Amino acid sequence: MNFGYYPGCSLSGTAKEFDLSLKEVLKYLDTDLQEINDWCCCGASSAHSASHLLSVALPARNLILAKEQGMKEIVAPCAACFNRLKVAQHELKTDDHIRINTEELLDTKYSDGINVLNLISLFQQIGLEKIKSNAKVDFSKLNVACYYGCLLVRPHDILKFDDPENPTTMEEVVKATGAKPVDWNFKVECCGAAHSIAHTEIVENLSMKILDDAINYKANVIVVACPMCHSNLDMRQKNIIKHNPGRNKIPILYLSQLIGLSLGLDHKKLGLDLHFIDTAPLIASLSENEVAV
Amino acid sequence: MENNHVHPTIQKIINLTNQDPANCYQCGKCSAGCPVRDYFDDAPNRVIRFVQLGLYDRALKSKAIWLCAGCQTCSSRCPQNFEPAKFMDALREIAAEEGIAPSDKNVQKFHKAFLNQIKNNGRSFELGLIRDYKLATGKLFQDIDAAPTAILKGKIGFTPHKIKDTKKIKSIIDKAVKGNTK
Repeated sequence: MNFGYYPGCSLSGTAKEFDLSLKEVLKYLDTDLQEINDWCCCGASSAHSASHLLSVALPARNLILAKEQGMKEIVAPCAACFNRLKVAQHELKTDDHIRINTEELLDTKYSDGINVLNLISLFQQIGLEKIKSNAKVDFSKLNVACYYGCLLVRPHDILKFDDPENPTTMEEVVKATGAKPVDWNFKVECCGAAHSIAHTEIVENLSMKILDDAINYKANVIVVACPMCHSNLDMRQKNIIKHNPGRNKIPILYLSQLIGLSLGLDHKKLGLDLHFIDTAPLIASLSENEVAV
Repeated sequence: MENNHVHPTIQKIINLTNQDPANCYQCGKCSAGCPVRDYFDDAPNRVIRFVQLGLYDRALKSKAIWLCAGCQTCSSRCPQNFEPAKFMDALREIAAEEGIAPSDKNVQKFHKAFLNQIKNNGRSFELGLIRDYKLATGKLFQDIDAAPTAILKGKIGFTPHKIKDTKKIKSIIDKAVKGNTK
């Protein structure tokens, strides 16, 4: 299988383990990624805060490049990039005014026709059976909280992916690895997203509620598909515990890392040593009978 | 959707969002589910009400428009299919265009620093973003504890990934962004 690849900025920086683990897993599953040549930032949370036109124009440039480079389907593993690409596609298709302004700004014609996949829909296409039949590590005692956050599932009318209030597709992927998804309350609650730097206190409070609920429902790990969610739950966790004592740590993995672990891939190649919250106790416990809480 | 009887601010909102704030019937569902409402001065439905009443200045000076995290919980639950998150985006853009000082300067400075990285490199460059944000806000010691780990783990690079077409990206941003978010 072959897909176009839009890594987005985070995956070459603070979320490099997302990129590493995804590529390792896909290599194992005989799937190739072809990176869009000269892609630019999708604008993330800042473009739509400054200019509606810019929030459409930046993704449009990448969609045009993908098409020029012969791609039909592209994978955007970052939930924010996936969201911006899909929203821009929708606006370009349904709003002539914004399409004309975008084309004028980019000095290129836009034509529709690229299918944008997120991390979960990518694995659905590859086939969950393939993950299941290749799973080598016993995950039967591993309780996983699947955290979707906001941008994978909202706005539903445009993304048309899963359910905006109670999505379950990530749980299906997790089940294929042999792990047990927990039923919990905060899977689509916001972690504070891009306020991480400008309002760390908001992010710490919102993320704390998510961590607490996952621990409350006996999860050993939270699995995510968004670099922003990951950095808020992982990097900010140390200070959350410091500012709100008496809490346990919980490791945060990208979905691709969890799949890689189940396939028995090299931990270092999956970037499992790159987190702020140590993943070693969790990994060690997988080879024992009891899973660390 | 041009109409001579419509106030220019309303017209701008309609142009930017393809939705009319008059459609909101003030049920308050957006505010009930908003995860950041506790930090707002005015609840989301109240900001919409200001606009419905013609109190544009109150709406554009509200902290809520800058503290909205864009999670779109409100938009996905609105019984009128109104999208408050899009509405908040539009108010931020209009406030900047009209030169209204942002009621939350940190958020505005963050976005400015972020867009600057894209302008210079075509992609976001985290170290540059943090540097520009710290210089703009004077918060020089923020996250000083997390930085060494991030750098040691190679998660923050020292040089930006520059794309070939940075000139084009710069001109796109310069043309699209108006007012004081520039």
